[in-house]
Amino acid sequence: MVFFINQTINGIVFGMLLFLLAAGLSLMLGIMRIVNLAHGSYYLLGGYIGFSIAKHTNNFFLACLGGLLAIGILGMFTYKVILEKRFAREALGQVLITFGMLLIISDLCRWIWGGIPLAIPKPQILQGAIYFGKIVFPLYRLAVIIMGGVILIFLWWFQERTKYGAIVRAGVDDDEMTQGIGINISFVKTLIFSIGALIAGFAGVVGGPFIGLSTGLDIDILLLAIVVVIIGGMGSLWGAFVGALLIGLIDSFGKSLLPELSIFTIFATMVIVLAIKPSGIFGTK
Amino acid sequence: MKNPKLPIAIVIILAFLSTLPLFLPPYYTGLFSLMIIFGIFAMSLDILQGYTGLPSLGHAAFFGTSAYMVGILNVKIFKGCNFGVELITGILSAAVVASILGLIVLRSKEVYLLMILMASSMMLWGIAFKWRSLTGGDDGLPGISRPDLRPIHWDLGSTTHFYYFVLLFFIVAAVLMYLVVHSSFGHTLLGIRESETRMRSLGYNIWLQKYIAFIVSAVFAGLAGILIAYYNGFVSPAELHLVTSAEVLIMVILGGAGTLFGPAIGAGIIILIKNFVSGYTEHWMIILGAIYIFTVMFAPQGVYRLFRQFLQK
Amino acid sequence: MRSSLEALVVENLSKQFGGLRALDGVSFRVEAGERFAIIGPNGAGKTTLFQLLSGMLPPSSGRIFAFGKDITKLSAHRRAALGIGRTFQITNLFLNLTVLDNVLLALEASGLTRFNLLRPIYSYKDFLTRAENILNQWGIWDRRNFPVRSLSYGEQRQLEIILTLSQNRSLLLLDEPTCGLSPEEAKSFVSMIRAFSREFTILLIDHDMDVIFDIAEKVIVLHFGRVLAFGYPEEVKGNPQVQEIYMGRSNESS
Repeated sequence: MVFFINQTINGIVFGMLLFLLAAGLSLMLGIMRIVNLAHGSYYLLGGYIGFSIAKHTNNFFLACLGGLLAIGILGMFTYKVILEKRFAREALGQVLITFGMLLIISDLCRWIWGGIPLAIPKPQILQGAIYFGKIVFPLYRLAVIIMGGVILIFLWWFQERTKYGAIVRAGVDDDEMTQGIGINISFVKTLIFSIGALIAGFAGVVGGPFIGLSTGLDIDILLLAIVVVIIGGMGSLWGAFVGALLIGLIDSFGKSLLPELSIFTIFATMVIVLAIKPSGIFGTK
Repeated sequence: MKNPKLPIAIVIILAFLSTLPLFLPPYYTGLFSLMIIFGIFAMSLDILQGYTGLPSLGHAAFFGTSAYMVGILNVKIFKGCNFGVELITGILSAAVVASILGLIVLRSKEVYLLMILMASSMMLWGIAFKWRSLTGGDDGLPGISRPDLRPIHWDLGSTTHFYYFVLLFFIVAAVLMYLVVHSSFGHTLLGIRESETRMRSLGYNIWLQKYIAFIVSAVFAGLAGILIAYYNGFVSPAELHLVTSAEVLIMVILGGAGTLFGPAIGAGIIILIKNFVSGYTEHWMIILGAIYIFTVMFAPQGVYRLFRQFLQK
Repeated sequence: MRSSLEALVVENLSKQFGGLRALDGVSFRVEAGERFAIIGPNGAGKTTLFQLLSGMLPPSSGRIFAFGKDITKLSAHRRAALGIGRTFQITNLFLNLTVLDNVLLALEASGLTRFNLLRPIYSYKDFLTRAENILNQWGIWDRRNFPVRSLSYGEQRQLEIILTLSQNRSLLLLDEPTCGLSPEEAKSFVSMIRAFSREFTILLIDHDMDVIFDIAEKVIVLHFGRVLAFGYPEEVKGNPQVQEIYMGRSNESS
């Protein structure tokens, strides 16, 4: 029983991290039809930057801020300088460019921070735990779950209540049409890409105390985020949330019950969802 | 219609390839063996990507599965090389993986397809990585013996002899793939690439054509996988990894998607650069990433087409 | 139960897109060899109807019979095999391939040659001869190796029709065939279609009323997804409701 609850908590926490990534990916896919294969790299790089900041300042929240800002700026720069150009119009071009970035960032991270797994220490105030009988609920994990919920609400508000979100929902990417209503579509796209990147970087720092930072994590987590988007449905915020929790739980239980086949269970889930509804649970078309 | 310079170019290249062990040191002969193996691998992906229009970041799935089959049979079961069985099993395993994956994957739209193939291939990597008892985990399976071709006096332990062995397969594979791509079936693949709706309204079951193309492409990738197992003498999860899929993908794009021989040239270029760079630095991945970005920015149609345009001037 | 004289029977066909009812209970019959036109203002549902007839979209309700067979559930490529051919309003040719390649693809669609993995496509003398015959009839055999992209717009529209003709389809769905053509080109198009044999049944959408009344033997008028009027061209022309919806249109006609 204790085991079950612990795994559930871990699964939900991991799911929250995945949600942060998948939400960004899904947003980028939904309106800009960009597959950002460097998204996992944003997570890892953000985490590493946060690690360095935490090491030098002993301040976890500064680390979060640093990771978030650094990757947000990187995302903005990447979009404006590279992805908006004509050679990046087609899907394949974007895939190749973002994949190139994955390779570069991955190697840079290994160069700067080494190949040994690192972890970011939890902030002081979140060191403790709450006790329910035999169950230990670490405060940090609780905080991550709450934070995930907060970001979900924020993204929901952004999508449903702001004019930028309206554009996302309309799936409009026609320059002339949106200029007519006084919105600069390029600005919106840059904003969305930057927000997605920023959240990914933030997730990297937040996940630091929980899953750590290591070489290869960028690809691992990118793949899981992609599976979440496939299962949840491209462009759907709820799909990203539900899918992320689902995959988080499957991963958590899978790794502890069937360690050799845990990847297979995730794959099987993806196959089953695709067979029933090829566009994902909350997907359209 | 056909460029008269093409047959001449082919003859020159063949002459060069057939005689290079005579004037190059064994190290480079070995390197060319690797280039040729990846040439087969890249051409196989071109059938899917350049001709059918189905880009894939998961082609290593077929390459690696086939290589592992050889490894498992060679090291664990036969404790030596049983070439006939290994050859057939390798190719069949790639075809089986493709026939299963194809059922799941080919109904999805373009972007989804790419992601699903990428995920599927990495799933296989994960299985190879974790299943120590079968695959040796991240240590892989060392100790793969090369085929013993008696009574033919070919000692595949020799770099030169192995090179000719691989070259023979390359020529056979290249001829077969050339025929496939220029056949009626290959012609319909072009139609699918250009306009799926048009093909459907003309009466084609495009899902079936794609499925067949998928399997055919996998078969040749599997052949390359068999050869890489013998070349390396071991097999490891790297053969199934995303980076391998990425390397072969950029070989196709850099060489020229849809030209068949372009990707083979692309393979040669990437292997050469990788070999050169690895002599100076560990950071091949950064260079590869830069190649990715630069190719899209400056040479998206590929080196082969650029060269052809240059020849026409 | 269905007479084999009827090339097409549409029963209560409806199509819903979310909250939008694009087609609502449309029914009509087309006899074999007939020239049948579908007209209506923009958004009336004409193209949706074609999408449903050709199998590109499934209906929300209703049934479709072609040559006596219930094709409602059949996919696009199966309907093509049954004899339904279609041209597209926006040119949907293989633009980067040559004229010859386009015709060959149309010819290869029947039979099993498309599964032949080894024999070179250009070695099929039969296909080449047939392609030559067709292209010669239309005077573009000499440009067979040019990419379709290099043809004039009018020639591309012609090629659309050629592809359908080369396939021996019996029911032709022509989606705005004269769209974008000059008046002279449109005129020659009309004479071409008028010269088609009665082996072909033709369903036609077009905005150009001259074209419609030159070709059509029966006309159906769609409005907001419903059948507004049906009958001989003169009847429909004289129908006051039809005139009303077209009075406004004639001011903004293309």
